[in-house]
Amino acid sequence: MLELLELILTTSLWAAVVRIATPLIFATLGELICERAGVLNLGIEGIMTIGAMAGWLWVYQGGDLWGGVVFAALVGMLFGLLHSILVVYLGLSQHVSGIGITMLASSISYYAYTMIIPFSTTPPKIVAFSAFEVPLLSSIPIIGGAFFNQTALTYLAYILVIVTFYVLYKMPLGLTIRMAGENPVANEAQGINVLLIRTGAVMVGSALMAIGGAFLTMSAFDAFYFGMINGRGWICVALVIFASWKPGKAFLGAILFALFEALQVRAQLIGADVIPYQIFSMMPYFLSIVAMMLVARRAAYPKALLVPFRQGDRI
Amino acid sequence: MRLKTRRNTPVWLIAALPILSILVAFIFGAFFIIWAGESPITAYIALINGALGSSFAITESLTRAIPLIFTGLAAAVAFRAKFWNIGAEGQLYCGAMAATLVGTGMIDLPSIIMIPVLFVAGALAGCLILLLPVFLKTHMKVDEVVTTLLLNFIILLFVNMLLEGPWKDPMAMGWPQAARIIDNGVLPTIVAKSRLHFGIIIALVMSIIMWAILRFTVWGYEIRAVGYNQQASTFYGISINKSVLMVALFSGGLAGMAGVSEVTGLKGYLTLTLSPGFGYTGIAVAMLAQLHPIGVIVSAIFLASIYVGADAMSRTVDIPNYIADILVAISLLSVLVGSMLARFRIVWGK
Repeated sequence: MLELLELILTTSLWAAVVRIATPLIFATLGELICERAGVLNLGIEGIMTIGAMAGWLWVYQGGDLWGGVVFAALVGMLFGLLHSILVVYLGLSQHVSGIGITMLASSISYYAYTMIIPFSTTPPKIVAFSAFEVPLLSSIPIIGGAFFNQTALTYLAYILVIVTFYVLYKMPLGLTIRMAGENPVANEAQGINVLLIRTGAVMVGSALMAIGGAFLTMSAFDAFYFGMINGRGWICVALVIFASWKPGKAFLGAILFALFEALQVRAQLIGADVIPYQIFSMMPYFLSIVAMMLVARRAAYPKALLVPFRQGDRI
Repeated sequence: MRLKTRRNTPVWLIAALPILSILVAFIFGAFFIIWAGESPITAYIALINGALGSSFAITESLTRAIPLIFTGLAAAVAFRAKFWNIGAEGQLYCGAMAATLVGTGMIDLPSIIMIPVLFVAGALAGCLILLLPVFLKTHMKVDEVVTTLLLNFIILLFVNMLLEGPWKDPMAMGWPQAARIIDNGVLPTIVAKSRLHFGIIIALVMSIIMWAILRFTVWGYEIRAVGYNQQASTFYGISINKSVLMVALFSGGLAGMAGVSEVTGLKGYLTLTLSPGFGYTGIAVAMLAQLHPIGVIVSAIFLASIYVGADAMSRTVDIPNYIADILVAISLLSVLVGSMLARFRIVWGK
């Protein structure tokens, strides 16, 4: 027990926690924005995959790192637009469309990767983002060195949590977005184009998911691997429910989740002889299910989530 | 331009939709082939040749269709009741595990009993694993999409654990695979010098059974009713929870049978490469079939041909075989768009 406490108090553990949490923060915020506007985006897993692929590809082809992030975001937006056309404008099943987007985006990623790197045993590496310390903040004991000695993308994730919160709760735009997810008829009564708001939210959300994926190839690792997203997207869908659609809680949820993940990886090293490592690897997925069980009963789903809106409809 | 609800959909349209969707997929797919620097015409000829060009190719396509018929049925029956079971991949592996558990020496019966026993065991395993998401949905209001998806990863890790641990076949030269199914449990091939096995007959029979259940029984009526309108169904006295449970049992069972058929008919043993995403492709199969159990047979054979053809094509033309996944994904999305045309009529002008 004491050992566990000691472990929790090390900077290296928390540094790993933040590293694991960053892509989850991006993608959870992305999904949260989509769902707040009333659209479930199950394209998340595929959009993260293609974001990871696009960002990596940009840099591999000689582009600069930030260009890669922007490129990944744009590709993500494109798939967000496709999802919007299908579910917002045409009002089709958000479940099926999302799964279709995931299948399409992941297969395009793998297709492009295999086409560009036909016979490689070791995936080619790029020069990824490097960490830098934020003055003052990084000197806070234990967590300072963990939270404020990261790559630029992690800092971007922190900023986005605050921006998302501010936009959703303090700006008229945020009210409009939330209303699109709760009571779109009220939006329409004000002369606001619900379809446009939803499309915008889905595109921005998808961009964030793609950046979350890009973080993996451009910051956490420095190459693209097959199956590298490995269910992270689905975990983020669970995290949104766990966070009851609130950006601050989404951030905390991602950190909490990453803490378990980091502990699990360490436990795996210690307990490898006694317990098969697969048991530990299952934990993140179990945990996501448990997280949903804890909150599902009183989860306040956005009321118009999954409900297509047609102009002129009455409820 | 606006949409007008159709009273009834013309039959020609229902038949044309999947064909149109696959055409659309091939048109978009052409861009990806051009991107890879090849000619789409050469590539598609190689694809069609690889899928249907010889009698061996045809048997290969049919063999590949077998698991897709099962997983397609699994998705179709679940989606009929708007129960979003995206976990067919995991349930398939559960079926395969059950077949391995029972079929590698636990019991040895004559084929005529052994094979049904294995299929029942696999179907039960597929059902059992789906009970958790069902329970969570009906009693704790946890959305089944995410739970079934996450279970896929858990199950795959579990299979991995068994194959690297207690189930590892010492005779397999270090490959992580389980022991072979005993001879009496192996499905016979039905065409000489091919891999096409008896599983196809079972798959066809299951399609007809599912069609009959949905079409002629009270169960089927309730499943369809719950899918159309939950409130109306509740009002009519149908228990939503009971219907969801029933749908899940069918769906999980069918997906489990896919695993049994792959283990006992094709591979002969359980490996981690048993299914290259049959569970997910099943969703595309079901949607292309517009959730009709008999349609599932046709769309499964169609998509299987694309996969088999793309494998062959990638050997002759320099195009990654992921093109098949792209084609399948685009046909899924286009049939989804097309389904709208079946429900609505576009009226131009006011």
